[in-house]
Amino acid sequence: MSESLSMAKAINLGLQRAMRENDKVVLMGEDIGTLGGVFRVTEGLKTEFGENRVLDTPLAESGIVGTAIGLAMRGYRPVCEIQFDGFVFPAFDQIMSQLAKQTSRHQGDQSFPIVIRIPYGGHIGAVEHHQESPEAYFAHTAGLRVLSPATPNDGYHMIQQAIQSNDPVIFLEPKARYWPKGDVDINGTPAPVHQSRVVRTGTDVTVVGHGAMVAMLLDAAEVAKGEGISLEVIDLRSLSPVDYDPIIASVEKTGRLVVAQEASGNASVGSEVAATVAERAFYFLQSPVLRVSGFDVPFPPANLEGIFLPDVDRILDAVDRSRGY
Amino acid sequence: MPYTEATLQLLSIDGTLVESDRTAEYRALVDKLSDVQLQNFYREMVVTRRFDIESGNLQRQGQLALWVPSLGQEAAQVGSGFATRNQDTIFPSYREHAVARIRGIDPVAILSLLRGVTNGGWNPNDSKFRLYTLVLATQTLHAVGYAMGTVLDGKSGTGKPDVDEATIVYFGDGASSEGDSNEALVFAQSYQSPIVFFLQNNQYAISVPVSRQSRSPLYLRGEGFGIPSLQIDGNDVLISYAVTKVALDDARAGKGPRFIEAQTYRLGAHTTSDDPTKYREQAEEDLWKERDPISRFEKFLRAKGESDKFFAAVKAEGEDLAANVRARVLALTPPSTDVMFDHVYTDEHPVIAAQKAWLAEYEASYGGSR
Repeated sequence: MSESLSMAKAINLGLQRAMRENDKVVLMGEDIGTLGGVFRVTEGLKTEFGENRVLDTPLAESGIVGTAIGLAMRGYRPVCEIQFDGFVFPAFDQIMSQLAKQTSRHQGDQSFPIVIRIPYGGHIGAVEHHQESPEAYFAHTAGLRVLSPATPNDGYHMIQQAIQSNDPVIFLEPKARYWPKGDVDINGTPAPVHQSRVVRTGTDVTVVGHGAMVAMLLDAAEVAKGEGISLEVIDLRSLSPVDYDPIIASVEKTGRLVVAQEASGNASVGSEVAATVAERAFYFLQSPVLRVSGFDVPFPPANLEGIFLPDVDRILDAVDRSRGY
Repeated sequence: MPYTEATLQLLSIDGTLVESDRTAEYRALVDKLSDVQLQNFYREMVVTRRFDIESGNLQRQGQLALWVPSLGQEAAQVGSGFATRNQDTIFPSYREHAVARIRGIDPVAILSLLRGVTNGGWNPNDSKFRLYTLVLATQTLHAVGYAMGTVLDGKSGTGKPDVDEATIVYFGDGASSEGDSNEALVFAQSYQSPIVFFLQNNQYAISVPVSRQSRSPLYLRGEGFGIPSLQIDGNDVLISYAVTKVALDDARAGKGPRFIEAQTYRLGAHTTSDDPTKYREQAEEDLWKERDPISRFEKFLRAKGESDKFFAAVKAEGEDLAANVRARVLALTPPSTDVMFDHVYTDEHPVIAAQKAWLAEYEASYGGSR
């Protein structure tokens, strides 16, 4: 059964299904109950499951993650919502020093199946702290898994896979992709959650991205096609661990790689992908791996977000540079 | 000074019981304690102190990276520890060695942490004594979350003594300034969680006196969040026991969180890396030595007619434990490198698997000569 849904609705249905299947799944966050979340991703869930399973928490992010850790110690599988990307930092210590390290500290005596959902990324014209891409911090940290769906179908399935994981998962939801609709295979079997995926085949240059950048890359590929250039587009889906095999296979074919991301480039996920491909596919590369990133500045006032964020032109400029070597 | 008008006390410094209307409820609980229970209070305080001293010696002899003494805080810990029931869960900070012993944690497990053998040390699901937590106050939120789960599980407020559970969390005067401990109070009160916040105010956060953390008594912090809160003489094992027992009973009964500030004193250093002579006067330490939790309780027991033989036996038990701990600590071996990789994740993880395999191959390439 396939339905055309927005990603926000698809994740909502994924949460609903996970909660119906396992009564240890509880949702926690600010405004997620009665209001249904500021993006309405949890809409209707409090009505169905009650306030003991959909907790409108006090306004304290460290408190949300810290108490989720305690709930996990009792066998619960909390799914926390951080309202916006820039609001995760009050919870940073609980995520980095506690959640990420707990499993190792407990040496197998205790699992921490906690999902932290974070709407992230730009393109929504919002005020400061509402458009950031903090994925590198989490991908850098052992003990966490980091996912970012790019389509409604992945939103629906990957949130359920994240909840089924026995490890902490940082689940990054690209705000810019919350509303466009796409086909969701409700009863289909999902791909392995940590698998990257070729979403458009091509022969000239491999372009890799995640989250909202995937749609941008597909747009770029369409424009490039008009210019006679064939791009192969890969959606990372999982930022930690990264599934490199499809990327390496693609680069072995095209000999060229451009990595695109909204985040600032310094010490970023894109940097890691570039370095790994350089290590593993050096003799196949015909040009340097190029990165297209946000500038290394704080996310600017929204009027400038179109300049800050990589767009189709910046991606195609990198493609041209890659092909120019 | 630390003791205020509000400070509840049952046992005075000279070891005599103090009569007061405010403590009548607690006195009644203490009067019910058997001689064996009182002996156990004494035994745990003395034996833990001996363990503490031995551990400090082991550190000075290079056998531990660090030691974190609880010297002087035994009454606060032993009284509150014995007030728990087996079904209650304890979240320590990192100095609750006496509470750990009461919960059956092997002291060598604690020392394995400080010898660099493990970052954990025991299975907290067996003992319901959670792991030590080194980032201050983070455990207060874990404890509240755990207590929230108690309510979701329907295991508080049922009125069944064997079903209802409470959680107790230990933290200190320094940790009281952390955001997490304040958020923990918010969540606990908001969700009416069955938890007791047990704040050991040992007067110093390493070198910084409690006056820098708060200009008003710390029990008022709990009060400010709407949580019934008390301040006790933390060097009086009897009031520590009785007040904690009532607080835990209230929590189990579904009456919401409780907060206890125990006024005590860290007679030793913060850790073996610390030098208290740089920030406090000898006169102050002398004052607190007079308030020592063990000597006053010994006076109390002797007045009750406890025998020399008992005191000698406890002393011997402490010596035995010290020798036993020393021998077993020296026999601790470094962990296998598997410890580094095996439990980073619960589920399979390709990067960890690859790096573990790589290391094994790399080590093997030295043919055992490395």
